[in-house]
Amino acid sequence: MSASTASPAATTPARAPKVETPWRRFVSEFCESKLALAGLIVFAIIVFIAIFAPWLSPQNPYDLAQLDIMDGRLEPGARDGADTMTYWLGTDDQGRDMLSGIMYGLRISLLVGAGSAIIACAVGASLGLLAAYAGGRTDTVIMRLVDLQLSFPTILAALMILAFLGKGIFNVVIALVIVEWAYYARTVRGTALVERRREYIEAAQCLALPTRRVIFRHLLPNCLPPLIVVATMQIARAIALEATLSFLGLGVPITEPSLGLLISNGYEYMLSGKYWISFYPGIALLITIVSINLVGDQMRDVLNPRLKK
Amino acid sequence: MMISMRAAAMAAVSAFGLSLAAPVASAQNLTMAVGAQVTSLDPHYHALSPNLAVATMLFDTLTAFDAEARVEPGLAESWRVVEPTVWEFKLRPGVKFHNGNAFTAEDVAFTIARVPTVPNSPSSYAIYTRAIERVEIVDPLTVRLHTRTPYPVLPNDLGQVAILDKETHEGASTEDFNSGKVAVGTGPFRYVNFRSGDRLELERNDAYWGDKPHWAKVSYRILPNDASRTAALLAGDVDFIDQVPTSDLASLRRSDKVHLAEKDGLRIIFLALDHQHPEGSPQIADAEGKPLGKNPLHDLRVRRALSIAIDRPAIASRVMEGTSMPSGQFLPPTAFGAIPDLAAPKTDPDAAKKLLAEAGYPNGFRITLSGPNDRYMNDARIVQAIGQMWTRIGVRTQVDAQPWTTFIGRAGRQELSAFLVGWGSSSGEASNPLRSLVAGFDRDKGFGTSNRGRYSNPEVDAKLEAALRELDDTKREALLRDATRLAMEDVAIIPIHIQKNLWAMRPTLRHDSRADELTRAQDVRPAPAQPAAR
Amino acid sequence: MAVYLLRRLLQSALVMLAMSVIVFIGVYAIGDPVEILISPDADQMERERAIKALGLDLPLWQQYLSFLANALRGDLGRSFVFNEPALQLILQRMPATLELAFGAMFIALLIGLPLGLYAGLKPHSAGAKVVMAGSILGFSLPTFWVGLMLIMVFAVQLGWLPSTGRGPTVEVLGLRWSFLTWDGLRHLAMPALNLALFKISLVIRLTRAGVRETMLMDYVKFARAKGLSPARVTYVHVFKNILIPVVTVVGLELGSTIAFSVVTESVFAWPGMGKLIIDSINVLDRPVIVAYLMIIVLMFITINLLVDLAYSALDPRVRLENK
Repeated sequence: MSASTASPAATTPARAPKVETPWRRFVSEFCESKLALAGLIVFAIIVFIAIFAPWLSPQNPYDLAQLDIMDGRLEPGARDGADTMTYWLGTDDQGRDMLSGIMYGLRISLLVGAGSAIIACAVGASLGLLAAYAGGRTDTVIMRLVDLQLSFPTILAALMILAFLGKGIFNVVIALVIVEWAYYARTVRGTALVERRREYIEAAQCLALPTRRVIFRHLLPNCLPPLIVVATMQIARAIALEATLSFLGLGVPITEPSLGLLISNGYEYMLSGKYWISFYPGIALLITIVSINLVGDQMRDVLNPRLKK
Repeated sequence: MMISMRAAAMAAVSAFGLSLAAPVASAQNLTMAVGAQVTSLDPHYHALSPNLAVATMLFDTLTAFDAEARVEPGLAESWRVVEPTVWEFKLRPGVKFHNGNAFTAEDVAFTIARVPTVPNSPSSYAIYTRAIERVEIVDPLTVRLHTRTPYPVLPNDLGQVAILDKETHEGASTEDFNSGKVAVGTGPFRYVNFRSGDRLELERNDAYWGDKPHWAKVSYRILPNDASRTAALLAGDVDFIDQVPTSDLASLRRSDKVHLAEKDGLRIIFLALDHQHPEGSPQIADAEGKPLGKNPLHDLRVRRALSIAIDRPAIASRVMEGTSMPSGQFLPPTAFGAIPDLAAPKTDPDAAKKLLAEAGYPNGFRITLSGPNDRYMNDARIVQAIGQMWTRIGVRTQVDAQPWTTFIGRAGRQELSAFLVGWGSSSGEASNPLRSLVAGFDRDKGFGTSNRGRYSNPEVDAKLEAALRELDDTKREALLRDATRLAMEDVAIIPIHIQKNLWAMRPTLRHDSRADELTRAQDVRPAPAQPAAR
Repeated sequence: MAVYLLRRLLQSALVMLAMSVIVFIGVYAIGDPVEILISPDADQMERERAIKALGLDLPLWQQYLSFLANALRGDLGRSFVFNEPALQLILQRMPATLELAFGAMFIALLIGLPLGLYAGLKPHSAGAKVVMAGSILGFSLPTFWVGLMLIMVFAVQLGWLPSTGRGPTVEVLGLRWSFLTWDGLRHLAMPALNLALFKISLVIRLTRAGVRETMLMDYVKFARAKGLSPARVTYVHVFKNILIPVVTVVGLELGSTIAFSVVTESVFAWPGMGKLIIDSINVLDRPVIVAYLMIIVLMFITINLLVDLAYSALDPRVRLENK
């Protein structure tokens, strides 16, 4: 996710030593941290599982014909009624194989989390930069929009989208973007306001460089560190927020559960000791988010122009 | 983290092995937690069963319902039909309001006059008094109610209407009730304090005319989150909860630290079908997803196939964990107007497939089955389970569960092809569901208000209309049974099951559970002679 | 300065106006409150009466105009459900939410700042890695799930804290506060911690990122070279500089905590505004939703204004636009 917004910084020519390509330097610096590398590998595996879930999973958990409520809430390791397969991680209340459910759920959660974060980040960061750089009336309009947006309850936004567009994964992404972009805008503007007064921007302006170039080549890279902090957290937050929307009955369709929906379904069974319904999706969610953050943290350090020795 | 999550999960399990930790409330105090919001203490402001539960603690009604939802005397000791349109009620003597005022016929007349005039009411109790044309005060303890037409269910309707004091409540506003200023009735409990959305505090009315409740002080807390409510009971913060989620049942049943009470209810969970749209139902397409050009639900064979495809016993045992009774009609077989020998349709997927083929759908079709996900016990789970069963007979079902807020509007605008809803019969007899759910939609008669699939069958309507005029109980019951049988044979709706109501409490308590779902402090009492409790 | 404030005030009014329009249209699109509020037994006549009684029979624009006219006189309408002035309902619930939000922010800063500072000053120590890994937990698990676990462990199993609800209150300044009693604090502890989890992580990460960056700045190097004590460098030079992003985010988070502690409030049955708004949204109680959002917009505008003012106070390089 961060890679897309990060590339301008990596390619800033002034900072790249001549022999190395910027990309190679980025890779070698990234690999300095073993932990981050491990995170990257885990994340790659997760993405692989998510993409190839239909071929990897023992069951298609979204096909109602393959589910049987008579197999509902079976413990991990139980066999199904017809004795044809083993539910290694148990089943949920509908008789859905948890392992398959988690694999498919990963797809939805990653799609929703990363999708909404990328879009919200792109929209929010651009508007934030614009507000800080242009100032005046543009700033006012954008920032009041932010005010409006921040005051709008996620639940109401989600309900309204549900009423206008109906239920669906894409509509959840829209709801999350609408909710999240303002955070990026606010964060980026705060940093950009400080940066734009700095000498290098004034120098760039004096050289009469085009505005777009000043914003994206000079201002943006220097606003990146806080942006990446926010972005890596927001992916996690978007996934958790989707879980909360599911908890409130506003999330993805119940027959195509995300990790969040699996957790919130299983939540109701926690008191009766059927822990596996929300425990294993929770672990999957945790691993995903930890790996994203390990990668994000290292990326922020590598890309931060001010941490360069 | 792995360890701590597992530990937490284990904590959840082992919690049942520990005793209820907090100190036991003193023997005279009761803390209850209920799942439904109480919106007003004004008993005539918002007709809703949680409000009625509270109203029947503070106030009384002329007639009342016993635990089986049969009409019994309340503030009226007896009543009789003088003429087809005149009912005479003999009032209970010596009854006093909490402020000492005596209860008389004047108060009945005042109450019936006030009901339709409460300002801004989002749901008026006037529907229960509209049949009354005028009130005639014969003497201080006798009133005659004149109805516009013969109206056999008048005693059932009056069971919803709390009697107020003319002297106290003349000109009283809803806010005056909520602030406690005029929360004065004849009921078994007196008002102490009300914090909207949080709790209601009550104390015993020592001058109560009926059985005095056991509890000197009652705290009636509103705790809508299911898991938190159960946890509050397990933590010992409350003594009693209602609407126990079925997901917690398995372990609560095993636990000797909790006593469970259950009672067969009056709420039918059913599927409504689109009986309109002859040119094609909005959410139905053929097996390839192309429009059908007609509505398959108009074919009785299709409706029957969809009904017998549903494995009701499996839903009752697996989804509801035994807290429902599979049903083939609106009410439990013992209720007035229900058919004693009409069982739930037998599950038969093969016959269902055959019926579909006969109707011209050998490859089935596609349908969207909708339902709420925050309204009835396990509503979204039932819808999913039915989706599985329909898909197995070739009707590829997409399941759409939504919050009630958005769902009910769409259902009311006839945008859905098949959807799950529930109906709790407030009068406890069959004319109520027949009139609302399957009678043809008719504004002037007030028929079919919740007939969202717009089923219409003149034969059913005729039987029902005859029943609604018939004052003779035996004849009326026969007419209601005929109407029910006609509607069920025509698969006007697909009944699934009737819910059981659940309560959980400390093992030292008992509950006289009610079919009508009301949770009230006077129905809770200490367990008789508990041998070495705790 | 005065001109600046006045202009912001005017802009705020416009934002509130826009908000009220959006909410009116949005709630109208979601559904019909009468359908939700009315008794199932009601017939068509009763429905028509209820629609009229709630003023929903008029065209939407007329409903909106009459709302505006009343709002200008300070009347934001009466709740459909409670038949009480919407504003009064919200203000009654406000203290509960305020003490919850400030409790959570307090916990977040108390735990987050020192840990973040430590992780930033000693980024390669094992302790810092533990802190950073731990902070991930704060935002990766859904609030409702953690909330239930807290109840299970601290109320059901250990019996240390009450499971749900708000403790006894004391009246101060005409409002009821529970944090002034011991039992009230015990009731407050779990929901506040639940609400704080995400914010603790946020503060840790922002502080750490800021510290790491600032430590490499020329002026910090210079301050060190000048021979200032490490403590003075850290607490005066570094700390002041990292406060900008922290203040921004904490300010925003405080706002969103006050506005949308919905999940925590419903899991812990905390009778605050969050629970009121979700209940109101569920029954489409439009007067309460509109009034609530107007108050929230006002609050966010104020917070953002304060954040902007704080910027200029903390960092003279930022000047308030005054042209």
